[in-house]
Amino acid sequence: MPKNNELKKILVIGSGPIVIGQAAEFDYAGTQACQALKEEGYEVVLINSNPATIMTDTNMADKVYIEPITLEFVTQIIRQERPDGLLPTLGGQTGLNMAVELARAGVLERENVKLLGTQLTAIEKAEDRDLFRDLMRELEQPVPESTIVTTVEAAVEFANEIGYPIIVRPAYTLGGTGGGICANEEELLETVASGIRYSPISQCLIEKSIAGMKEVEYEVMRDANDNCIVVCNMENFDPVGVHTGDSIVVAPSQTLSDREYQMLRSASLKIIRALNIEGGCNVQFALDPFSYQYYVIEVNPRVSRSSALASKATGYPIAKMAAKIAIGYTLDEIVNPVTGQTYACFEPTLDYIVSKIPRWPFDKFINANRKLGTQMKATGEVMAIGRTFEESMHKAVRSLEIGVHRIHLKEAHELSEDVLRTRLQKPDDERMFLVAEAFRRGYQLQEIQDLTKIDWWFLDKLEGIVKFENELRAAASLTPELLYQAKRKGFSDRSIAEIRTEGGNALNEHDIRALRLSQGLKPVYKMVDTCAAEFEATTPYYYSTYETENEVTETTKQKVLVLGSGPIRIGQGIEFDYSTVHAVWAIQNAGYEAVIINNNPETVSTDFSTSDRLYFEPLFFEDVMNVIEQEQPIGVIVQFGGQTAINLAAPLTKAGVRILGSDLESIDAAEDRKKFEALLRKLNIAQPEGSTVTSVDEAVGTAQKLGYPVLVRPSYVLGGRAMEIVYSDEELLNYMVEAVKINPEHPVLIDRYMLGKEAEVDAICDGDTVLIPGIMEHIERAGVHSGDSIAVYPPQHLSAELKQQMIDITIKIAKELRVIGLVNIQFVIFQDQVYVIEVNPRSSRTVPFLSKVTNIPMANLATKAILGQKLADLGYQEGLAPEADYVSVKVPVFSFAKLRRVDPTLTPEMKSTGEVMGRDKQYAKALYKGLIGAGMRIPPTGAIIATVSDKDKPEAIEILRGFYELGYNIIATGGTADALEGAGLRVKRVNKLTEGTPNILDLIRDGQAHFVVNTLTKGKTPERDGFRIRREAVENGVVCMTSLDTVRALLNMLEAINFSSHPMPVLQQ
Amino acid sequence: MQARLLLEDGTLFTGASFGAEAQSAGEVVFNTGITGYQEVLSDPSYCGQIVTMTYPLIGNYGITRDDFEAVRPFIHGFVVRRHEEVPSNWRAEYSLGRLLKEYGIPGISEIDTRMLTRKLRHFGTMRGLLTTGNERIEELQERLLGTTLMRDQVARTSTKGVFSSPGDRERIVLVDFGAKSGILRELTKRGCDVVVVPHDTTADEIRRLNPDGIQLSNGPGDPKDVPYAVKMIQELLGEYPIFGICLGHQLFALACGADTSKLKFGHRGGNHPVKELATNRCYITSQNHGYTVLDDTIAGTKLEVTHINNNDRTIEGLKHAEFPAFSVQYHPEAAPGPFDSSYLFDQFLDMIRDHKMNNPQKPRQAQLAEALRGELQYAQK
Repeated sequence: MPKNNELKKILVIGSGPIVIGQAAEFDYAGTQACQALKEEGYEVVLINSNPATIMTDTNMADKVYIEPITLEFVTQIIRQERPDGLLPTLGGQTGLNMAVELARAGVLERENVKLLGTQLTAIEKAEDRDLFRDLMRELEQPVPESTIVTTVEAAVEFANEIGYPIIVRPAYTLGGTGGGICANEEELLETVASGIRYSPISQCLIEKSIAGMKEVEYEVMRDANDNCIVVCNMENFDPVGVHTGDSIVVAPSQTLSDREYQMLRSASLKIIRALNIEGGCNVQFALDPFSYQYYVIEVNPRVSRSSALASKATGYPIAKMAAKIAIGYTLDEIVNPVTGQTYACFEPTLDYIVSKIPRWPFDKFINANRKLGTQMKATGEVMAIGRTFEESMHKAVRSLEIGVHRIHLKEAHELSEDVLRTRLQKPDDERMFLVAEAFRRGYQLQEIQDLTKIDWWFLDKLEGIVKFENELRAAASLTPELLYQAKRKGFSDRSIAEIRTEGGNALNEHDIRALRLSQGLKPVYKMVDTCAAEFEATTPYYYSTYETENEVTETTKQKVLVLGSGPIRIGQGIEFDYSTVHAVWAIQNAGYEAVIINNNPETVSTDFSTSDRLYFEPLFFEDVMNVIEQEQPIGVIVQFGGQTAINLAAPLTKAGVRILGSDLESIDAAEDRKKFEALLRKLNIAQPEGSTVTSVDEAVGTAQKLGYPVLVRPSYVLGGRAMEIVYSDEELLNYMVEAVKINPEHPVLIDRYMLGKEAEVDAICDGDTVLIPGIMEHIERAGVHSGDSIAVYPPQHLSAELKQQMIDITIKIAKELRVIGLVNIQFVIFQDQVYVIEVNPRSSRTVPFLSKVTNIPMANLATKAILGQKLADLGYQEGLAPEADYVSVKVPVFSFAKLRRVDPTLTPEMKSTGEVMGRDKQYAKALYKGLIGAGMRIPPTGAIIATVSDKDKPEAIEILRGFYELGYNIIATGGTADALEGAGLRVKRVNKLTEGTPNILDLIRDGQAHFVVNTLTKGKTPERDGFRIRREAVENGVVCMTSLDTVRALLNMLEAINFSSHPMPVLQQ
Repeated sequence: MQARLLLEDGTLFTGASFGAEAQSAGEVVFNTGITGYQEVLSDPSYCGQIVTMTYPLIGNYGITRDDFEAVRPFIHGFVVRRHEEVPSNWRAEYSLGRLLKEYGIPGISEIDTRMLTRKLRHFGTMRGLLTTGNERIEELQERLLGTTLMRDQVARTSTKGVFSSPGDRERIVLVDFGAKSGILRELTKRGCDVVVVPHDTTADEIRRLNPDGIQLSNGPGDPKDVPYAVKMIQELLGEYPIFGICLGHQLFALACGADTSKLKFGHRGGNHPVKELATNRCYITSQNHGYTVLDDTIAGTKLEVTHINNNDRTIEGLKHAEFPAFSVQYHPEAAPGPFDSSYLFDQFLDMIRDHKMNNPQKPRQAQLAEALRGELQYAQK
C-alpha cells in the first residue's frame, strides 16, 4: 500500500527528560522516525522538552518545539500547527500517555488530528490491566492469576486467597515505578500504597508471582495489511522477577527449542493482530522451564527500550520501519536498508550472540538499595556482540566501566558464605559476578541453580569460564593454542595477564598484547547484516571476533576515529552522545570517513547509518587499539565521549596513537591538580584555596588550616563522584575512610568551600581564536553539583564586569592549555571575585543546551577546529557571542522515586538523570516552562511545608513571606514555625516525627502539601527526620526543594506570573 | 579430535570433530534458522548434504524424541561454529554430538561458518568432503573430485512399504518422496485418515486406496530424478484434489508442463517472505529447497502462480487453472519454522470437500458394481 497522501503535517511527541526507565533509546527512535517522515516528504512538527537530544536539532523536523510535554502545551502547539496526524508510539510511555490524554480531552477530535500507528483502543487494551486481561482471555493467552485493586485492603484480601509471593504492578507507570514483589503482608501494604499513588489512575495489578520462570521477549511488527514479523527474540539471563530493564539479556534466546520458540512467536503475532497495531510492539513472556506452560506478562504497544536493543542486535531499524508503517506503507514494499536488495518483510536472523548488561547508578548512590525487582533501577546499558556466549559476555562486562574486565569482582572473595548465598538468592546488580564467585568456591551447579533459578545453560557457561581461568592460571606456559582459546572466549589481554599473574607469572596487558601480535593473533571483523550472510549487505556495522575471515573492506579515504561515551550513567548522559553524533557529521562534512566505536545500544551514535563505519565494541584500550590497527585513522578524537574517552587518551598516546584536538598534555594539565594549580597561578587566576593530600593526617591539617567547611573529593572525578562538603574533623575522617576505599591510587583534594554563585562557560578554541557561545548562570549556589543546578542563559544576575572577567579567564586558560576543540570552565563568584573551580578540556553536558539556545553548532565547530579549520574563517570572532533575546533555562530531572534510600538532597555529588529546557521571552516564563517540563506540579495556590536548619532560617523567612503573600499556606515544624511566627507570618504547626501523629509525614502522604522545603541538617544517617521527610515527599510526588536558591527562584517565578494583593498605602495626612 | 572440511574450490577448514569418526562427501549447503537444528538434520530433504548452520551456537537445547522429522537423519555431515555439549531444556534427552555419532555422521565445529556461508553465497553450493581422519590433503582432493552427487535420494529416504495413520475424516494418500513427519502430523491433527505410500507408487495403486485427496510430500534432490512420479501426477490430475509441498510442488509443476532448475545456493531457513498474490499478503515461511520452478515456463501451461518470494521473486506457489490442485515451494508444516502457513492444509481439505460436492458420488452399490466390472475387464485383458 502506498503512503497516505491525505496527511501533510505530522506531529511527533518525544519522550521528554531522561529518567530511569526512559532513556536515550527514545532519542534514537524519535530521530529515526523524524528522518523517515521527512524522507517521505511530510512536514514534521516535533515536541520534546529534552534539549540534549539529536531529535530536537532543528534539522530533524520542520519545526521543533522544546516545550513541556503537558496537555496544556501540546494542545497549544496542535492549535498553532494544525497537524493532520499524530505519531505517539515513538516517545516512550510519555508520548503514549500524552496521546491518551489528548484523545480523552477531546483535543484530537476537535482539531481533527488522526492518531497514527496505534489506535487509542489498542493503547488502552495493552495498558489498562483489566482490558488487557480480558483481551488475553479472549485470545486464549494465559496470564497469571491476578486482580486489579484500587485499595490496599482489596490487595490483602486477594493475597490471602492465592498466597505469597505477590507481584504489584501500578498501572501506567514508567519502568514499573512503585511496583515490586512482596513476600508478606507488611511488604504488600507498603508497595500497594505507593503503587496506587504513582499510578495516574490510582490502580494496581496484584498478581501471583511467577518469579523463577524463564523470561523471554519478542519484538513484533505489523502493518495495515496484517503482515506480521518477529524482528528478534531475547532471553533474560535473570529469571522472571527482575525487571527486564534490569536484567542481563541475550539475543536470540538460547534455551528454547524450535517448538517453544514458535509457540511464543505465534502467541506474539496473535496479540499484535488482536491489538491492531500498525508499527512495533513488544511482548514479554514467562515460560515454565519444565513444560510448555507460558504466561503473557506484558505488552508494550509502542517502540521501547527492548526494540532499540533489538534494532542494534539485528541491524533491523524498528523505529524507522514503524514510522513508515504508520504513514501507510506495508512491510513487503519497504526495502531492507541493510541489504538494499531485500525487503523489510522478513525475520532477521543472527549469526552471533548479543549480550546486554544494564548499567546501574549504585557506584554513585552507595546508600541505595541494590536489590533488583520489578522496579527498574538501571540508568543505561551496554551491548556486546560475539560468536560465542563467553566472548559476547566478556565484551559486555568490560564495556561497563565499573573497574571490572572479566566475570570477577575483586572483593567477592571477602564475602561470608551466608552473604553470598543470600545475594545469590535475592538478585542484585552483581549477581552474575557472584555466581562466578560461587563456582570459584567450588559450589555445585545444581546448588547455584537452586539458589538463583538461572537456567542451567547460562550457569554452565559461567562455570566453564571459571574452569578455563583455572586452566589458564595453572598452565606451565602460555602456549599459542591456550592464548588462542582464551581470545576465542573473549578474555581481554588484561584479564589474561591478571590470571597468569595470579598463577605466578607476572605479566601485564602489554606483555600479552605483544605476545599476541608476535603470533599474528588479531581479531577479525564481521558484519551485522540481518540475514546471517544469506544476502550481500553493505552496512558498515562491525563487531570483532577471533576467527578466519575479515570482512572489513579497505577504502581510500582518510579516516577519523571518534570514541563514544559508553553506557548512560549519572554524570555521563545522552549529552555526550549528542556531541559525538555531531562530531561524526562534521568529520564527514570535512571530507573524511568517520569511524565510531561505542557500546551503548540506546543511542543515535550506534545507529549504523550515522557514521561511515560503526564498530560495536567495548571502549577498552585493547578493543580500541584493534580497531585503530584495522582502520588506520589519521587520528582519534576523544573529547566528545565524556570521561570514558578522555580516560583512553593516556594509553592510546602511549601506544603511539595521535589524539586529534586537545592532546594528553592539555587533558593532564587540567586534570592533574598540581599542574592545574601551577597553570592558574601562572595566569594569575584566582581559585579556591586548597591542596592535594595523600594521608588522613595531612587531610585534617589542611582542612583546619583552610577552615571548615571544606570541599573534599578524589582526584580525577566524573560527575562529582564522591565529592562532599564537610563541616568538621569528624566528618572529614569519615569521608577519608570511604574515599580512600573508593580509590586507593589517587590522592584526595581539599578546597576551601565558598558559598557563592556558580556559573559556567563552554568555549571552542582553534589554537588562535576562543569563541564563547554563552555563559550560564546557576540558580543554586556552590555546593550543588553543576549538573543538578538550574542553569540560565543568558545570565540574569551577573554584572557585565563579572561576565568580562569570565570571558578573559576563559580565553587565557583555553590558550594556555592549548585547547583545540571544546573546553568547559566552572566558576564560583564569591564577594565579586571570579574563581575557577574546574576546567574540562572536552565536550560537556551543557553543549547541546547551549548549542540550541545560542544557535551555534558547538560540536560541529569544535570538530572543524580539531580538523584544522579556523573559527575566523567560519565567521566567528574571539570572545562571547552576542547573547540571544530569549531566556532559556535548563532544569535537572531526577529519578529519586525509583531509588529507595537515596537522599534527594542536592549536594556536590551529581544525582540528576536528565534535563529539560524552558525557553521564553521572559525569565519567569522560561523558568515556569522548565519546572513544569521537569514534572513539577505548580498550583497557583496551595500549601508549603517548611522545615529548615537554623543557619538557613533568616533567609528562609524572607522567602516564605513571599509565598505567604502570594496566598500560600505555610506549614512548619516547631523551630521553623517559631521563627516564622516571630517574623509575623501565620503558620500552621505540624508535629515532627518524634512528636506523635499526625505528623509531617502524614501530611505529605495525605497530599496536603504542594511543596516541601527542607534544608540539610548535619549527619548523613538515613534515620534522621529530614531524610524521611524528603523521601516521603519524593515517593508521594510532592516537589521537594533542598536548596533555598531553588525556592527563591520558584518564588520569583510565581511572583512574576501570579498576582498578589496588597492593601492601598494609607494616605499620609 | 580434529575434523576437516574441504571444498571443491580448494578451501580447507580445520576444526574440531563432534560427531562420528568418519569421512563423508556431499553438497555443502547452509541453513539460517536459529532454532530447529534437530528438525533440520532429520529432514530427509537434506539427504546426502553437508549442512552448515549459520547460527553459531548449536546443541543448546539438546535432542529430544519428539522433534525428529524422520526416523533417522540422512545428512552427510553437520557444520557448526560451536557445538554446545551441555544442553539445557526440559525435553532434552541427549546431546547433538551423541546423535551424530550414533548414526555415523561426522560433525565439524570451531570453524568460521560465516566465512563458509559467504563462500557458498558467492560461488553457489559446492561439493565438500568432511573427514575426521588424518588423510593427506591430496588424497582428500582426489576423493572429493571423484565424488559425484547422489541422484537416488528419494528412493533412499522414502518409505519402503505402505502404512496408514488412521483417522475418521478425509482419506489422504501421502506420497512419500522423503516426507517430513510434520506433513503427516498436520494431516493427522485435522482428523485425516492418512495412507503413506512409497515414492514409486503408481496411479492405479493410488486409485485402489480410494483417496479423497493426494498429498505430494517434500523430498531431496532434483525433481527430474523422479520422472515416474511426474507420470503418476499427470494421470491423477483432475481425478483427485492434489496438494504438493516442496519437491511435491516441483513435481506438480513438471507434471503440468513447467520446468525447474537449480538455484545458486537455494533457500534454507525459517525467515523467507512469501507473498500471496491474491491478497498481497506476506507470510514468513520455512524453506528448504535447492531447485525452483522457472517463471518463464509457466506461460502456456494450465498453471497459475499464486505465491512468489518477496525477495528474489521466484515462484513459491502454484495452482491448476482447471483442476483442484495446488502446491507451495515452502513448508506449511513448519518444524522447524513458523506456523504462519498451516492454513494451507485447511485449504486443501476445503478443496477436497468442494471437489466432493461438485462431483457427487454415485450410490455405494452402483460404485461397487462399476468397480467389479472394472476388475472383470482387467482380468479379461
